[in-house]
Amino acid sequence: MSMKKNKIIRLTVSYLIILLMCAVVIYPLLWVIGSSFNPGQSLSGATMFPKDPTTAHYAYLFDQEKSNYISWYVNSLKISIITMISTIILVSFTAYSFSRYRFLGRKNGLLTFLILQMIPNFAALIAIFVLANRTGLIDTHLGLILIYVGGQIPMNTWLMKGYLDTIPKELDESAKVDGASHIRIFVQIIMPLAKPIIAVVALFAFIAPFGDFILARIILRSNEKFTMGVGLYEMVAKQFGKDFTTFAAGSVLIAIPIAILFLCFQKYFVSGLTAGGTKG
Amino acid sequence: MVDVIKPATKHGRNATLLSIIPGFGQFYNKQYVKGFTFLILTISFFFSFLDTLNWGFWGLLTLGTIAGLDHSIFLLIDGIIALIITAIGLGIYVFNMYDAYNTGKKRDLGFMISSVKEQYHNLLDSGFPYLMISPGFLLLIFVVIFPLLFVILLSFTNYDLYHSPPAKLVDWVGIQNYIDIFTLDLWRKTFIGVLGWTIVWTFVATTFQVALGIFLAIIVNQKDLKGKAIIRTVFILPWAVPAFVSILIFSGMFNESFGVINTGILHAFGIDPVPWMTEENWTRFALIFIQTWLGFPFIFAMTTGVLQSIPDELYEAANVDGATIWQKFTKITLPMILFATAPIIITQYTFNFNNFNVIFLFNGGGPAIPGQNAGGSDILISWIYSLTMTSAQYGKAAAITMLLSIVVVTVALWQFKRSKSFKEEDMN
Repeated sequence: MSMKKNKIIRLTVSYLIILLMCAVVIYPLLWVIGSSFNPGQSLSGATMFPKDPTTAHYAYLFDQEKSNYISWYVNSLKISIITMISTIILVSFTAYSFSRYRFLGRKNGLLTFLILQMIPNFAALIAIFVLANRTGLIDTHLGLILIYVGGQIPMNTWLMKGYLDTIPKELDESAKVDGASHIRIFVQIIMPLAKPIIAVVALFAFIAPFGDFILARIILRSNEKFTMGVGLYEMVAKQFGKDFTTFAAGSVLIAIPIAILFLCFQKYFVSGLTAGGTKG
Repeated sequence: MVDVIKPATKHGRNATLLSIIPGFGQFYNKQYVKGFTFLILTISFFFSFLDTLNWGFWGLLTLGTIAGLDHSIFLLIDGIIALIITAIGLGIYVFNMYDAYNTGKKRDLGFMISSVKEQYHNLLDSGFPYLMISPGFLLLIFVVIFPLLFVILLSFTNYDLYHSPPAKLVDWVGIQNYIDIFTLDLWRKTFIGVLGWTIVWTFVATTFQVALGIFLAIIVNQKDLKGKAIIRTVFILPWAVPAFVSILIFSGMFNESFGVINTGILHAFGIDPVPWMTEENWTRFALIFIQTWLGFPFIFAMTTGVLQSIPDELYEAANVDGATIWQKFTKITLPMILFATAPIIITQYTFNFNNFNVIFLFNGGGPAIPGQNAGGSDILISWIYSLTMTSAQYGKAAAITMLLSIVVVTVALWQFKRSKSFKEEDMN
């Protein structure tokens, strides 16, 4: 019966490890939820399960006279959604051209995209800072969106081009014979077939600006224009610990919807990344 | 077999030579409309951009001559615009020659030259991909290529707090910034220190997160383990919560005065408070822990996907051959995982090499270290950030950016050379 004993030991050890890891994963999240209900501004003397929980911090965040939190939320959503839509449009154009047409400069174009996607676009942060100042795009959402979209193009073009390459060329060739125009083939034949990869690109193009901190921090200057990341950072960085409970409430309000959204779409994420990783 | 007959005429060569003046090659080929288009395009190009180019290149060469009047950085920007315009102009010029050559070649081979109407259709057909690419490409030029050119050029100037327009001029200094970084004591010491920690950070943090992710995926994937779905959801959580939120939460937890790590957990075990934020090595330790926490779910999810795709027959065959669990693991499971996730693992290394968020949000790159101008947990990218945003050392920061980009691009090119898509892509 040593097989059975082995199995019990193996499973027990496995469960213990899993339990430990679950604790490590969940503890910080529970802690921040607990903190957000703690009365008072600082955390000294705070407990994870406060005896007299308060929703005052949440009320404070929603009070538009005292806090710009709602604006940050709207800004983040606005910037991410516009970036997402623009990226999808531009990337489907470039990816379709690279996948379907053979033209002078195609090879160099592809190589340029390949190299550009390797350099994170915040590497040029000095230039972005100086140029934004020069062009007056500093402290504007437009400037930030342009940088995000530009940064998204190379990688996602390769990703989508890889997918479009797998759609049989016979489809568009027969449509061409039937007299369909270039635009018609693109809009009515290829794009509907490319829906899965469009979803993946949309996810990436939404999440990247949403989770970005550094570019938003360089470009945005005034408090009411901040995105979530910059806003929350300013909240804790200014006088660390003073506003921590309010910050905790703010974190909870942003983390929960995003986490739920993420868990719903997680499958597509993984498939997109494996496609991009092994193929793209 | 078709014999290649050497054509008697030399229209291809002649047309190419004539189109040194744009349009004339097309005239030679009797394509008058096209020729005029090229000619007019060229003339208007020179008329509209001559001043811009003249001014731009003067600015680029001198970076201004009168302090207080000439703004060196604006001149540099205008210079880059001039460079880009020149590049586009040259592109059109080369295209003009290429077109003349192609048409001439067709004539040499005895083909009919297409009429105006056919040319129009040809233009629509061959122009369509350019039309589709141009919006994305233009944006790319202005928000990605332009800044990169700017950084490259900036790294050869002395732009810093003391050479700051409009009051002062910025000058070209050649490779002085690079020399300084490697020879001036303060810079060399800092650079080597930061580079060293960047490398240690990249390897240790990434290896930890990869190893933990794979390890947990294997454990959870055991056949007889119950509650897989809920466990997987919990393990994905750190990936699902926006990273900047988690990092800021951790910086609160590790806070020395009120953080729960010191006041709660360590206190409960009777351990004295640890100086997480003020002692260099403790900050680094905490950072590696945080990055492992943040990064393992991604590898975990990938590996889980791979594990589920390994056919059971492999293990059954191994069982028949009497393989031990360990043998099955090292001969089947691990090779399968590493083969499928290798490209992703490599991108994780390059990602952490430039992982600004975790370094900056946790402790701002601190604590400060005497005798160097970077914080104790600064990696290259966060050091560049503080050189730019707080100490205005633009020239030096640009030079360090260049050094960093060389590393990243080398690694990435090496990886892509090996990747399947690059080999399969017909690059013609």
